[in-house]
Amino acid sequence: MISFEKPSPPSDDRRWKLVDRTMRQYGYAPDAVIQVLHTVQETFGFLDIDAMNYVAASLRVPLSQVYGVATFYHFFTLKPQGEHTCVVCTGTACYIKGAQDLLDAVEEVTGAKPGETSVDGKVSVLTARCLGACGLAAAAVYDGEIAAKVTPDAIKKQVHEWTDIVEEAAGSPPQGIPTTPPEGPAPQNPIIEGVTAE
Amino acid sequence: MTHDELAEIRKAEQERKQKYKHKINVCMASGCLSLRSDLVKEAITKEVDKECLADSVLVSKVGCVGLCSQGPIVVLETKGEVREGITPEDAEAIIKSLGAEHDGGNSNELVDGVVLRLDSKFFTRQKKIVMEHSGLIDPDRIEDYIAVGGYESVLDVLTEMSPAEVIDQVTRSGLRGRGGAGYPTGLKWSTVAKAFSSSGEKFIICNADEGDPGAYMDRSILESNPHQVIEGMIIGAFAVGASKGFVYVRAEYPLAIERLKIALKQAEKFGFLGHNIGGTTFSFTVELRYGAGAFVTGEETALIASVGGQRGLPQQRPPYPAERGLFGRPTLINNVETLANIPPIIRNGGDWFAKIGTEKSKGTKVFSLVGKINNVGLVEVPLGMPLREVIYDLGGGIPDGRTFKAVQTGGPSGGCIPAEHLDLPVDFESLQQAGSIMGSGGMIVMDDASCMVDVAKYFMGFCKSESCGKCIPCRVGTVQMHAILERITDGTATMEDLGLLENLCGLAKNASICGLGQSAPNPVLSTLRYFRDEYRAHIEERRCPAGVCKFKNAGKDVYEEDLEVRDETGTSS
Repeated sequence: MISFEKPSPPSDDRRWKLVDRTMRQYGYAPDAVIQVLHTVQETFGFLDIDAMNYVAASLRVPLSQVYGVATFYHFFTLKPQGEHTCVVCTGTACYIKGAQDLLDAVEEVTGAKPGETSVDGKVSVLTARCLGACGLAAAAVYDGEIAAKVTPDAIKKQVHEWTDIVEEAAGSPPQGIPTTPPEGPAPQNPIIEGVTAE
Repeated sequence: MTHDELAEIRKAEQERKQKYKHKINVCMASGCLSLRSDLVKEAITKEVDKECLADSVLVSKVGCVGLCSQGPIVVLETKGEVREGITPEDAEAIIKSLGAEHDGGNSNELVDGVVLRLDSKFFTRQKKIVMEHSGLIDPDRIEDYIAVGGYESVLDVLTEMSPAEVIDQVTRSGLRGRGGAGYPTGLKWSTVAKAFSSSGEKFIICNADEGDPGAYMDRSILESNPHQVIEGMIIGAFAVGASKGFVYVRAEYPLAIERLKIALKQAEKFGFLGHNIGGTTFSFTVELRYGAGAFVTGEETALIASVGGQRGLPQQRPPYPAERGLFGRPTLINNVETLANIPPIIRNGGDWFAKIGTEKSKGTKVFSLVGKINNVGLVEVPLGMPLREVIYDLGGGIPDGRTFKAVQTGGPSGGCIPAEHLDLPVDFESLQQAGSIMGSGGMIVMDDASCMVDVAKYFMGFCKSESCGKCIPCRVGTVQMHAILERITDGTATMEDLGLLENLCGLAKNASICGLGQSAPNPVLSTLRYFRDEYRAHIEERRCPAGVCKFKNAGKDVYEEDLEVRDETGTSS
């Protein structure tokens, strides 16, 4: 039995204790990768490379697996999100009741397409495949609160409350900044010193 | 926990409830909750306290009543009334109306919102087995569930039946998997029970990763009565000899997760989970695992990979999970609704269940009626009920005086059923013959303002982004099929494209590794089968009969446009 020493967290941030607690709860089992990443994202808002490194080393799985999981599932994001999130449901029921119009309306105000954040970093626009709130189509989620039977005007009003981007009479607002998918550098392998993906 | 102890709890709880003269139930499933039904409950409770009626009026939070678009819903159980669209301001009037006898509506003038009688068609035409207690009990109180006979079946099974007898009852019931494929549950259970596990370990997984857009019955079951699912899991674990269970639930369902956690804690406290359940040698624990937003993880082999902390890539079958599943051990995977059917089957016997439904499809099915329909919500009906009855009698028909065009069943793996098939009895076989599937039970109703090509494009776009990328027919096929559908709605397609599309559909259907790719062409094939004229109108006349598609590239040089589109798809995604 090779003795295993758990690595220390990437920083002194106290929030790592929450992540450690989840890992302890699952006995540092390699199959708990997704559960732990959920905790990391809940705690820090996104998964950065330090966090992925730390999780991989603690659960004794290759970093490639953690990175693979983080990029495979839609729920995880590798970039910090804006101050507010606006999720538009694009499930079938919402699509039939005009989810596309909602997305167009948000883009009109912020210039951000789904997966982007407005230039001032205030609003991240996301889409969900189905919120399971089909009875309330078209549905959206503002900062975690579900809104029912949303109209383009209502969503515009909400987004205006968050952002300072003013619609000019002529011309569109500035483009959004992509926040997903990840475009960061390929992760470096911590096991072999000095060897990077570049 | 023994039979006697359970009976004691049941009796005490029933007596506690009988004390009250009136019962007011406020729906707190996520639909009504997002319309702030919690404030409604608060207001009503306050009003009750103010009027000093706390001894005669019981206000409780309950799960889904089924009328999800009309929330917040309040049920006056003792008066047999369902009130829709209640606001906190209505609290006073509701309490006042309790005093008035029901006399054709004099008391109802006090309260805004529609009043529906519990004996109206919407409720009486349904037959509730899975949703029997939802909307009547508090999902966060195990005592409520015990009071309606909950956990009886577990103790019966553990103390009086052998695993073989349990499987026999399930086989006799004729229950088929409610996740969509309709595989006989009894057969699956006996396969897992017979499977050899070198370590003696077996697993049971409850598939609560409801990815189908437009279906939300699993969410509703978990939010309204999580204990029934847990009970089904315990019985299943006993029958196949599993020692550990997992519930794989979508992370997008925070309320369902929260209620599941509470329910699991309570079940453990009452001794239905853990060591030596019911004083027998049987031990069983349940762990929660969260999905992370991938549609493909509804496929059982991909789900196993995901529960094991990997990317959700499907594997070749055989070996089936029943032989070699999670961590290489025999694994039983059942959908939420399948497991929720188990306790009633054990309680009433398999033969009772087999009397409901059609010859090959037994029991009931929960459908979510969404889209262009008056009563958006959940209904549970016996299998074999004609589509027309589901849509017109229960769903209340099409709003705004428009005409019915098609109903889409089975999500991205299903197809559209046109008006000429409205008298079709809804069961596994008949839907398959009509070119669709039962799927998880989403029914998306479309009127004449919906364009079928656009709908097919929507579903193909869904499959394109949800394809896991493991096999080429699906990874590349969905992209190309989507590109052709884009061309059709942009007005640059030719009739040759349509032939190419059908060709690709056949390829993806026959060569993909898992159900996602194999069924991705279904929406296209079924719309081509029933609405070919719409495709023709798009391609030949550059006209969208429903007025949805914009034809933004119509009139440009088709050939150039073609090249450009091909180039785009070649470099994108």
